[in-house]
Amino acid sequence: MKPGTRRAVGLALTSLTALAAFVIVAVLAIILFNIAENGAAGVTWTFLTQPPADGMMGGGIFPAIFGTAALTLLMTVAVMPVGVLTAVYLHEYAPPHSLFARIVRVAVVNLAGVPSIVFGLFGLGFFILFVGQGMDRALGHEEMYWAQPGLLWASLTLAVLTLPVVIVSTEEALRAVPMDHRTASLALGATQSQTLARVVLPGALPGILTGAVLAISRGAGEVAPILFTGAAYFLPDLPTHLNSQFMHLGYHTYVMATQSPDVEATRPLLYSTVLVLLLLTFALNLVAVIIRTRTRRKAAGAH
Amino acid sequence: MEQGLSQPLVAPSLSPAARRRQLREKVIAGLITLMAFTGIAALILIIIFVAKEALGLFLDAEARHEASLSKMFLAQDVPAGRPAFRWQPVSKVPKVSMIPLFVGTLKTTVVSMMVAVPLGVFGALFAAEFAPRRLRELLKPVIELLAGIPSVVLGFFALMVMSTVVKDVFHFDRPLNAMLAGLGLALAIVPVIFTVSEDALTAVPRSYREASLALGATPWETAWKVVLPAAAPGILAACVLGFGRAIGETMIVLMASGNADVISWSLGDSARSLSATIAAEMGEVVVGSPHYSLLFFIGVQLFLFTFVLNMLASSWTRRVVRKLTGGAA
Repeated sequence: MKPGTRRAVGLALTSLTALAAFVIVAVLAIILFNIAENGAAGVTWTFLTQPPADGMMGGGIFPAIFGTAALTLLMTVAVMPVGVLTAVYLHEYAPPHSLFARIVRVAVVNLAGVPSIVFGLFGLGFFILFVGQGMDRALGHEEMYWAQPGLLWASLTLAVLTLPVVIVSTEEALRAVPMDHRTASLALGATQSQTLARVVLPGALPGILTGAVLAISRGAGEVAPILFTGAAYFLPDLPTHLNSQFMHLGYHTYVMATQSPDVEATRPLLYSTVLVLLLLTFALNLVAVIIRTRTRRKAAGAH
Repeated sequence: MEQGLSQPLVAPSLSPAARRRQLREKVIAGLITLMAFTGIAALILIIIFVAKEALGLFLDAEARHEASLSKMFLAQDVPAGRPAFRWQPVSKVPKVSMIPLFVGTLKTTVVSMMVAVPLGVFGALFAAEFAPRRLRELLKPVIELLAGIPSVVLGFFALMVMSTVVKDVFHFDRPLNAMLAGLGLALAIVPVIFTVSEDALTAVPRSYREASLALGATPWETAWKVVLPAAAPGILAACVLGFGRAIGETMIVLMASGNADVISWSLGDSARSLSATIAAEMGEVVVGSPHYSLLFFIGVQLFLFTFVLNMLASSWTRRVVRKLTGGAA
């Protein structure tokens, strides 16, 4: 190849790849701009604090915000201990080259790839029909109490879905805790569990929080798993029990976008709902990024 | 020490406090190990309980008649002029052919891959090889942001904004079609392909690049002929992972594809995918009916497809690491 052609091909390849990166960023910008432009005006205090009115053609989205918050809160409470302790096992307790640890890892990788709608089927088949019916039978409920879609079952379904997120980020956080800290603690006579509770986990705390935040942002946006495990089209009252159905920002978006009798009339409300959902997930992701960069910088500064 | 070697070792007798402590440590370690079972248990429970609800299809005589495997996968005798493959499980004579669903899933998935693979892989190549450090550090979080957009929002964007553009550009009759769903899916899987490819590219050791440059190759020759081939299994894994996500993604296809069970290879026609079918129909189905089992059976198929793709992807990712570290890791 002549030097001229060589340079030209190089330039072409560089511009082509730069173009690809640019297109991705541009698409993101278009999405954000479009939703912000059309949704911003409608996000008012009344919109955020009122229930829907006029058959979803007016009013606000407070029940959906409340439902999303309650759902993700319960999910977080369920997933964090399990996820963190699994990561602790993998990084702190598993013997090197342990077969069991390897199987756990394979399971976690595959769990992360299971389609979200299959989690929905699992929630229905396992939590509602198996556990729920079993509980009703055991507790002697005449009517269905636990064997129906509700807040608890939807949260647990989401907890299973976000388990890999928590495990992976906690393990990364544990890896960032210097080995010296552990050996120093053990050398002072602390047991392994004392070292874990007072040295390793506090050291890994920012990373563990990052995992929690990422799990919440993922869980808050998922709609497919809650379609038949608890989300409701419209409810006049806020959920009060663990077996209550609830409204949800993402499900609300889906219903208004696809089943509204008059899409043009609901469009402004729809855009504002989407904007709220998007701001919520972005804010969470941003928090995760900030915690992560700060920990990395601190870790880099310490060595 | 010398004495210890010639005599059998005797465990030192522990004080009661020390023994309690040892016991407590064992209990804690046991509990933590028990917790680690949850991930495996979840995966096993998912397959058991999704398959269990699908089992009715094979055990129940009525269901076996209404939705046999041959009715699902083979052409049926129908009056001339009618399609032999139909998905109409709630009509008077239920028609339960999975073929339209496979076609729809394949169509939307292929469109999304055609768009997302070049964008994701080239974007990753740019970030890993050509971009200045500053730009690269900006690019990664921005694409992570794209990954953080809930799929229902992408579905909404496809439905509200992209549909008119796509319809006008390609002169389609319908605003909701396979092309639109595929493009919407591409938005969801580009970040996956980008991130995994970028990881694979940056895992290529610096010595490869330095050797190539030292031999007189230009940076692009190094990137194209050395770094890219070295990272090839990892990039393949990224594409397989993206493919798996596209097959399983539900909300975007549900909102943008039109959901009609047509068999055609035209991208302007509506399409109905496996995952969207479950989402659309499970709400109104009678628990335990053949239709209900059928939807769970689709779930089993989705689980198996994505499971196989995940196993392939992770074995390829492992291969790239082993190759680049010379088997050290």
